[in-house]
Amino acid sequence: MAKMAKIIIDGKTYEVDSSKNLLETILSLKLNLQYFCWHPAMGSVGACRQCAVKKYRDENDKAGKLFMACMEPVVDGMRVSIEDPEAKEFRAGVIEWLMTNHPHDCPVCDEGGECHLQDMTLMSGHNYRRFRYKKRTYRNQYLGPFLHHEMNRCIQCYRCVRFYRDYAGGDDLNVFGVHSSVYFGRHEDGVLENEFAGNLVEVCPTGVFTDNTLFQHYTRKWDLTSAPSVCVHCGVGCNTLAGERYGKLRRILTRYNGQVNGYFLCDRGRFGYEFVNSEKRIRKPMLRLSGENRLSEADEETAITEISAIIKSSRKVMGIGSPRASLEANFTLRSLVSERNFYWGVPEQEFSLLTKEMNILRQGSIRTPSLREIEKCDVVVILGEDLTNTAPMIALAVRQSVRQVPVQSATPYKIPHWQDAAVRELVQDEKGPVFVATPYATKLDSVARTFRGSADEIARLGYAIAGAISSDAPKADNLNEEVCVLSESISKALNKAERPLIIAGQSLKSEAIVNAAANIAYAMRKAGKNVELCYTVPECNSMGMVMMGGKALDQAFHAVEKEAMDTLIIMENDLFRRDEKQAVDRFLKRFKNIIVLDYIENATTERATAIIPVGSFAESDGTFVNNEGRAQRFYQVFVPNKEIKESWRWVRNIMVTSGMKEFSRWKNLLDYTQALIKEMPYFTGIDTITPPPGFRIAGRKIPREPYRYSGRTAMHADKTVHEPKPPEDVDSPMSFTMEGYRGQPPSSLIPFFWSPGWNSAQAINKYQIEVGGPLHGGDPGKRLIEPLPNAKPSYFTDVPKAFAPREGEWMLVPVYHIFGSDELSVHSPGVRELVPKPYIMLSPDDAARLQVTSDSELELGIGGQVERLPVKINLGLRPGLAGYPVTLPGMSVVRFPVSVKISGVKK
Amino acid sequence: MEKILLLDIPNYHRIDVYREHGGYETVKKAYSMSPDEVIDEVKKSGLRGRGGASFLTGLKWSFMPKTSDKPKYLCINGDESEPGSFKDRQIFEFNPHALIEGALIACYAIQAKAAYIYVRGEYHNWIEMLQKALDDAYSMGLVGEKMKETFQTPYECNIYIHKGAGAYICGEESSLMNSIEGKRPYPRVKPPFPAQNGLWGCPTTINNVETISNIPAIIKNGWQWFSRIGEPRHPGTLLFGVSGHVMKPGVYELPSGVLLTDLIYNYAGGVPGGKKIKCVIPGGSSMPPLRGDQIEGVKMDAESLKAAGSAIGTGGVIVMDEDTDLVRVLARITKFYYHESCGQCTPCREGTGWMLKALNRIARGQGTTSDLELLIDVAKNIEGNTVCALGDAAAWPVKFMITRFRDEFEKAVKKEVVMPVASMVHSMRHTALPLAELKKN
Ligand SMILES: Cc1cc2nc3c(=O)[nH]c(=O)nc-3n(C[C@H](O)[C@H](O)[C@H](O)COP(=O)(O)O)c2cc1C
Ligand code: SF4
Ligand code: SF4
Ligand code: SF4
Ligand code: FES
Repeated sequence: MAKMAKIIIDGKTYEVDSSKNLLETILSLKLNLQYFCWHPAMGSVGACRQCAVKKYRDENDKAGKLFMACMEPVVDGMRVSIEDPEAKEFRAGVIEWLMTNHPHDCPVCDEGGECHLQDMTLMSGHNYRRFRYKKRTYRNQYLGPFLHHEMNRCIQCYRCVRFYRDYAGGDDLNVFGVHSSVYFGRHEDGVLENEFAGNLVEVCPTGVFTDNTLFQHYTRKWDLTSAPSVCVHCGVGCNTLAGERYGKLRRILTRYNGQVNGYFLCDRGRFGYEFVNSEKRIRKPMLRLSGENRLSEADEETAITEISAIIKSSRKVMGIGSPRASLEANFTLRSLVSERNFYWGVPEQEFSLLTKEMNILRQGSIRTPSLREIEKCDVVVILGEDLTNTAPMIALAVRQSVRQVPVQSATPYKIPHWQDAAVRELVQDEKGPVFVATPYATKLDSVARTFRGSADEIARLGYAIAGAISSDAPKADNLNEEVCVLSESISKALNKAERPLIIAGQSLKSEAIVNAAANIAYAMRKAGKNVELCYTVPECNSMGMVMMGGKALDQAFHAVEKEAMDTLIIMENDLFRRDEKQAVDRFLKRFKNIIVLDYIENATTERATAIIPVGSFAESDGTFVNNEGRAQRFYQVFVPNKEIKESWRWVRNIMVTSGMKEFSRWKNLLDYTQALIKEMPYFTGIDTITPPPGFRIAGRKIPREPYRYSGRTAMHADKTVHEPKPPEDVDSPMSFTMEGYRGQPPSSLIPFFWSPGWNSAQAINKYQIEVGGPLHGGDPGKRLIEPLPNAKPSYFTDVPKAFAPREGEWMLVPVYHIFGSDELSVHSPGVRELVPKPYIMLSPDDAARLQVTSDSELELGIGGQVERLPVKINLGLRPGLAGYPVTLPGMSVVRFPVSVKISGVKK
Repeated sequence: MEKILLLDIPNYHRIDVYREHGGYETVKKAYSMSPDEVIDEVKKSGLRGRGGASFLTGLKWSFMPKTSDKPKYLCINGDESEPGSFKDRQIFEFNPHALIEGALIACYAIQAKAAYIYVRGEYHNWIEMLQKALDDAYSMGLVGEKMKETFQTPYECNIYIHKGAGAYICGEESSLMNSIEGKRPYPRVKPPFPAQNGLWGCPTTINNVETISNIPAIIKNGWQWFSRIGEPRHPGTLLFGVSGHVMKPGVYELPSGVLLTDLIYNYAGGVPGGKKIKCVIPGGSSMPPLRGDQIEGVKMDAESLKAAGSAIGTGGVIVMDEDTDLVRVLARITKFYYHESCGQCTPCREGTGWMLKALNRIARGQGTTSDLELLIDVAKNIEGNTVCALGDAAAWPVKFMITRFRDEFEKAVKKEVVMPVASMVHSMRHTALPLAELKKN
């Protein structure tokens, strides 16, 4: 329990937590005080001098003295005043100073209307300009496709460099120059290298760093229709706010969730959204009319009738579900085709690895932490995951965890942990223990001790660690010295830790790694130690998929080998990304009708005999389960053309039309969710993570549009001067208009953060119980996986053999790219720019032996096919291994493990 | 006349000469005392820092934690970049070994592992001189590994010279530490103080070059001897750097408490052409200036100058005769602080630039009366509200120069006609006239 203190603010007594600084405390009390340099996730540095308040020595001190609230520890009996005229005058003075050089270009500034500087200026009361001189100006930089740079607007709060360098570990953004011409940028123009750079959009309190993707289709931020959403670009499940205008998705913003992503997102999640606006979007049903060979557009009714007819006349219909589709969508398809004929469109290997991860978490005694809890871990061991590229926000959380141990050293010096500058000075470069074992060098290496090897060697290291912790754990034999020494020191660090964490996943397609990670946790538990275990999963609903259970793609392949089926329904899944082309081709050829529900054209839709346009995340409602087992609801942002509907709605309509009348009971999403729970009781509770569609506050819905929304009577004037009736939302208690309840909605229904006087993302302060803590009403989402405290799982024993390179053969290891490996985000023009070209990764030794350099091309024989790929050299890769970027545009799909032979070299 | 630092001994900067006169013997004496005894001796001597704030040196040393699992450091501040201050370089040139010997004693007193002498980057020649002296001391086994043998002591420390790169802000103690660490020299917010969280996050004491150079004499002759020199509340000799309109500009070592007029007229030879003095800045350009009619009877020590409405600072006395254009002087001084602001905190970063622009305009003859109010207003808002004292250093000259030489500034500006413009009516915060007045106009 936090130590409480009584403090007096402007004559009123408050009881508050004494571990916080005064600024946080004031904001947590929902009082208003201006600030710039302080950030709830980054602590205080006391640079901007904006948060000045009067502090009095005692009740007899009437004069008081100005202090910076963000640098003042809360002390029992403290007396302060925010409203003191001198303090107010000083704060207005700080704004006046900032305004001497600020260009006042709000009317053309992308930040305008959502700008912390505007808000603070108004709050301070400063409005009359005494400065009569020229302002300083800067040259702006090209910083890549994501961020727009407009340095003249800078108020030198230093938040950007603190976030970029200290928080996110980047080093190509810095501050240059002195006095009033300090400059925040790169040493030269160029793409910002850090994967979290996009957060500068929200971290910067002004319009210096703005969202360049929004800029490409700009709209004023108050004109957006927004809804709470969940990121679809990996399995972490970060919470987002998605905003639309004129039928286009315009931007993604962080939706604060104290248990998940907090204040931040990765750049894939923030900028990957533009696939929703892609020219390759499927917007109309496409049917093959009788006698014709190609598909042609059809209207909704025709499509339903035709497809229902196909289904009715089919002897057998097979359904293929998808880990990028919601629980409800998959469940509905499964209901149509029956459990027997429902398959998941992922390879057996991935499906069983994920199932294994889930079982370890669900049937074992080891807890899996939330993203926020990962930040609090003090020792982290990562087996086989290149987190920055497979689960970016987990990488960012691990970066924070390295601070846990060193920060403790500030306590004896009585330096409060929020005093960021002093703590960083005190701890210098000291970092808590993080161990990264991956085949190739990764970005997280900069904060970690590393181990390099093949998947099997990484698993062997894992087994060795478990063996070093508990003598009864199976051990790997014939360990080399490196592994012996390393496993010894890792086990020591784990034993000393208060909150250790093991992270692994299926990225390297290795069951042994998944098992070894579990063994470490089991060994820790046997030794009576606290431990947590986190598995990454590849897609936004991968965990939901294995929780639903069923069969994988390989079984579907087998099933049609045995008996021909006439109709296949594929939902939100491009099978050509899932398995080797020949295998998929052979499979598809077995069907007469291939009905594909998807939102974007891909290799699978090309093979369809009927295509149904379904809603992307922004045009759908549904539930995803993230890697932590947290069920999270996402909401439709806007209603596109009427043919685009949620997959589940389309499938249900088809069912009803084709005679399965009982499904007409399913009217809104909640009906689907509840039906799902009934059949799969372990999803119990996901129907209550958010209020039901009929929920109202004071009889009103929650508006998706802010009350500042403009143009609604004019925006359709080119078609009609009548204001069209807004669409109904039967699935949620939110309206598509600006009418409705204006107060704070329940935490799962926050479409935007706004509070009187707080128009920027900083309004989040007002939605939290205390600054940086949970949202009012609790952070949304429900954890479906909790450990069984008494479970006694037994150790895994599949210790692999040591890897021995074979002459003339290279073992491929999968390589991941934050920009490139994800199916959807590569359709966003910005992301597309950063996707690497196909390549093969070699170790420096092998490159030297083959006499190739980074420009050379290799000819490889993979599975009977020949590929030519340029070489990239990775300093960490071991000889005998070759990195193969998976699911990168232009690369083929291969089944791991696989070895290749090099058949030719072009230098 | 007693001198401690700038002795009239030829070639005293040479190690052989220094040693002939008993140099480095005091180290032995100090090392035979306990560290606390050394601190106590310095405390009792009443020695105050010569770096600007006149803080009690012994007291500062006593803030160092007695136990620490981290190494401790001494930083010696020779950044000397304040306009009007040029005394430490005399020590580098004429008595570098007193500095090195002082460092050895100070390090011992606070049990430091090493001392860093931070020297202003522009002082190329003086850096070479100091380096030569340090090399000599090393080669004679007086510093570093071999000192254990030389002084028959278990204690050892190293001394390093760190060159600045030309930024005044590096003289601020915490900036200086950041600079040594290889970081941008941003001053740190205090608390925590250097004794807690200093160089590389370790306990650190920082002192001025002159302060440290006084230590050997104090230990050698005892605190009583030192405390009786000059003004009791600020004892010892001070190195006064006199510049500006005087016949003999230079550095004078004199007991504290010497009369300012004595310093100017007797030692520095008075004002050329027998002109009257218009203004004297007694302690380096950032200290409040005194009017010519305010200097009579003013003694040169911290307390007396405080009472006179200024401060001793670094003892850099700048004399300006009756023909000096103070508007241009102030504009120039302000330009310096504007240019040297590190850019971390808003009041100093933005305020200095604004003041400079206003002063330049006044100097061009385009200023108005409201500019004077504005300048004082901005200066007052900066004062006391910044991360480091550079803000004060920039604000004081403006505030005091304009208030103390109001006539001269009034003459330089045009009277302003107040126009009741719409925006002023809307925003009363900065309107000099109440609304009723405005309406009357
Ligand atoms: C902007 C600024 C510049 C300073 N420059 C110097 C300097 O050049 N030399 C110096 O000794 N002290 C300088 N100081 C004072 C130091 O911060 C510190 O107080 C001093 O070195 C302490 O030494 P002392 O206790 O021996 O006086 C400066 C202070 C400020 C705020
Ligand atoms: S660019 Fe933005 S975040 Fe960075 S210092 Fe300027 S205003 Fe602050
Ligand atoms: S970490 Fe994953 S879920 Fe989070 S924003 Fe990035 S891609 Fe989206
Ligand atoms: S007062 Fe000036 S020099 Fe000191 S920290 Fe602030 S901006 Fe930097
Ligand atoms: S927010 Fe407190 S000084 Fe910047």
